[in-house]
Amino acid sequence: MQNVVFPNKILPYFLVAPQIVLTVIFFFWPASQALYQSAMREDPFGLRSTFVGFANFSAIFSDPSYLHSLQVTVVFSVLTAALAMGTALLLATAADLVVRGRGFYRTFMIVPYAVAPAVAGMLWLFMFNPAMGTFAYMLRRNGIMWDPLLDGNQAMLLVVVAAAWKQISYNFLFFVAGLQAIPKSLLEAAAIDGARGSRRFWTIIFPLLAPTTFFLLVVNTVYAFFDTFGIIHAVTGGGPAKATETLVYKVYNDGFVNLNLGSSAAQSVVLMVIVIGLTAFQFRFVEKKVHYG
Amino acid sequence: MSTKSIAASAAVAGLSLFATSSAFAATELQWWHAMTGANNEVVDNLAKEFNEKQSEYKIVPVFKGTYPETLNAGIAAFRAKQSPAIIQVFDVGTGVMMGAEGAVMPVAEVLEKGGYSFDKSRYLPGIVAYYSKPDGTMLSFPYNSSSPILYYNKDIFEKAGLDTENPPKTWPEVWEAARKIKTSGAAPCGYTSTWLTWIQTENFSAWNNLAYATKENGLGGTDVELTFNSPQFVEHFQSIADLAKEGVFRYGGRTSEAKQLFLSGECGILTESSGGLGDIVKSGINYGIGQLPYYEGEGRPQNTIPGGASLWVFGGKSDEEYKGIAEFFNFLSQTDVQARLHQVSGYLPVTMEAYNATKESGFYEKNPGRETPIQQMMGKEPTENSKGVRLINLPQVRDIMNEEFEAMLAGQQDAKAALDKAVERGNAAIQQALGN
Repeated sequence: MQNVVFPNKILPYFLVAPQIVLTVIFFFWPASQALYQSAMREDPFGLRSTFVGFANFSAIFSDPSYLHSLQVTVVFSVLTAALAMGTALLLATAADLVVRGRGFYRTFMIVPYAVAPAVAGMLWLFMFNPAMGTFAYMLRRNGIMWDPLLDGNQAMLLVVVAAAWKQISYNFLFFVAGLQAIPKSLLEAAAIDGARGSRRFWTIIFPLLAPTTFFLLVVNTVYAFFDTFGIIHAVTGGGPAKATETLVYKVYNDGFVNLNLGSSAAQSVVLMVIVIGLTAFQFRFVEKKVHYG
Repeated sequence: MSTKSIAASAAVAGLSLFATSSAFAATELQWWHAMTGANNEVVDNLAKEFNEKQSEYKIVPVFKGTYPETLNAGIAAFRAKQSPAIIQVFDVGTGVMMGAEGAVMPVAEVLEKGGYSFDKSRYLPGIVAYYSKPDGTMLSFPYNSSSPILYYNKDIFEKAGLDTENPPKTWPEVWEAARKIKTSGAAPCGYTSTWLTWIQTENFSAWNNLAYATKENGLGGTDVELTFNSPQFVEHFQSIADLAKEGVFRYGGRTSEAKQLFLSGECGILTESSGGLGDIVKSGINYGIGQLPYYEGEGRPQNTIPGGASLWVFGGKSDEEYKGIAEFFNFLSQTDVQARLHQVSGYLPVTMEAYNATKESGFYEKNPGRETPIQQMMGKEPTENSKGVRLINLPQVRDIMNEEFEAMLAGQQDAKAALDKAVERGNAAIQQALGN
């Protein structure tokens, strides 16, 4: 690599300063506050606080509801990522085959991505809430005992579908781009060799899409972990009986509803470690080991 | 500007200029609240009316979201030393606010600072007891209070062959009527209830004179133990679980979602807050109102406890601000303001005079059932089981209960297990919140 040296010694610092300031204000400062809070036990108003060291951490790791929440998060993330990516890939390959109106379909597929999570949650809630949902009414009339207010599995299904629905657009965009990057000559050669559609897909397209798929897997996992709060808050509120309480939701619930700030801060520190881990993983493997195209 | 404050500012010679100039600009008092829709308009109108009446103080209402969101906003503001003058806190947040000694100023003291005296006998006893310290000092100003009552759909009752003029009085009668509604095909579901925590445990214990927790349900001290797993509670919740299994009872959600099931005609009987009346009237269904049901027993029914919210005043404000707040509270407790609030919003009047004035105006004859929630709360002198429930972390305990009830209604455990677990987890949470 070529080494570029700026003649001005101070200017570079000025140029990076805005970024540094933003990072300090919006990451390092809150993160340090979380670290500090996680070692304290305090009443909601901050009138009395005591230093408790790692007691909050040992408390959350010995709390069955925290471990349950961890399990819920894993189930939720795997299902959401699988559903969102599977559907998006199906739609992307279908859109790739369309000749007329390709642009129209592609544009329309992106619309759900523009919907805010809470709004998406409300949409699905209005359709499937047992008290007022049209689809819930239809399901019940057809003999399906649809009651996500009490049935934890149905509640999980509902939030997974709502969360996946929102993410399909994003995945779709990347898959479409990935499909376009596959050289036509390879597909034509396979066709001449007599490979049919599904065989061409599994032996040529799918392996060549691997970098995209891998990237999306990380992005979708991060999305399911951290960006689905609004959907869960609007649809189930973490219920019934904690069946849809993910780690992020638990941070909110313990901190802002139950006002247990120490435990909530400790949980957010754990989440911070998970994000750092996922990001490092992405940099190491996605950016370096998997080659594009 | 009053002559009194001119005299006062002149007396403090060095500061006189400053004091006079600041008094000319009305002292702004922020009022954070959680009222939406029609109730939000009431808040705005009250503030406007008060501001037009005098020029020294200006009440500025600010909507802060749901009840828990408003409480959190207040707590965050207090921590940042930016607290509002007045904040509306829902009933279950009372324990949280009380635990913050030093952060809040009791309303009785605020009124005294404004030159008014706090006269306990002017207010409805059930409400005063709930918002007071064990020694009787009123801590917060009751703004909107409600009480749970029974609503029933008269058309469904008629179809099921039930008495449309006499709703079931006791719980066993409710179960019987609900089963009849279901089996006769009058409606797909017999009975539903909003707020299982508030209605079926907190008010259930008061109305049947059963202990919810030790130390007068927490009103006598913070270090309490929950006791809502006694036999009568188990019997009650087992009945609900059985009805749920038969499809006679339907669960709507943790707060007031079940109201929809009643409004849509799916369920024939509903227990809900008296504050929910507005929506039921608006829906145009042929409804009737009854007392909250109870179990037969000596001295029962006792009395219900108020739900809703009250106004709290933060500590650390200037005397000038406290005077303004006292003026505003005095304005709020005026008979005509209270009577109007009660009649418009469906919430209970806070003062005896407002209640009597409404009675004399013939309002209750024209609107049958509207007096029921007041009578329920006023009927008897509260016992140590029926003054209310106050826990340092009641929102959390309610959450725990809801989780166990949901597991019970889904058929994963019976009522005994659900209540035992809720008590055990609740006690642990209380001890943690106390810092033990």
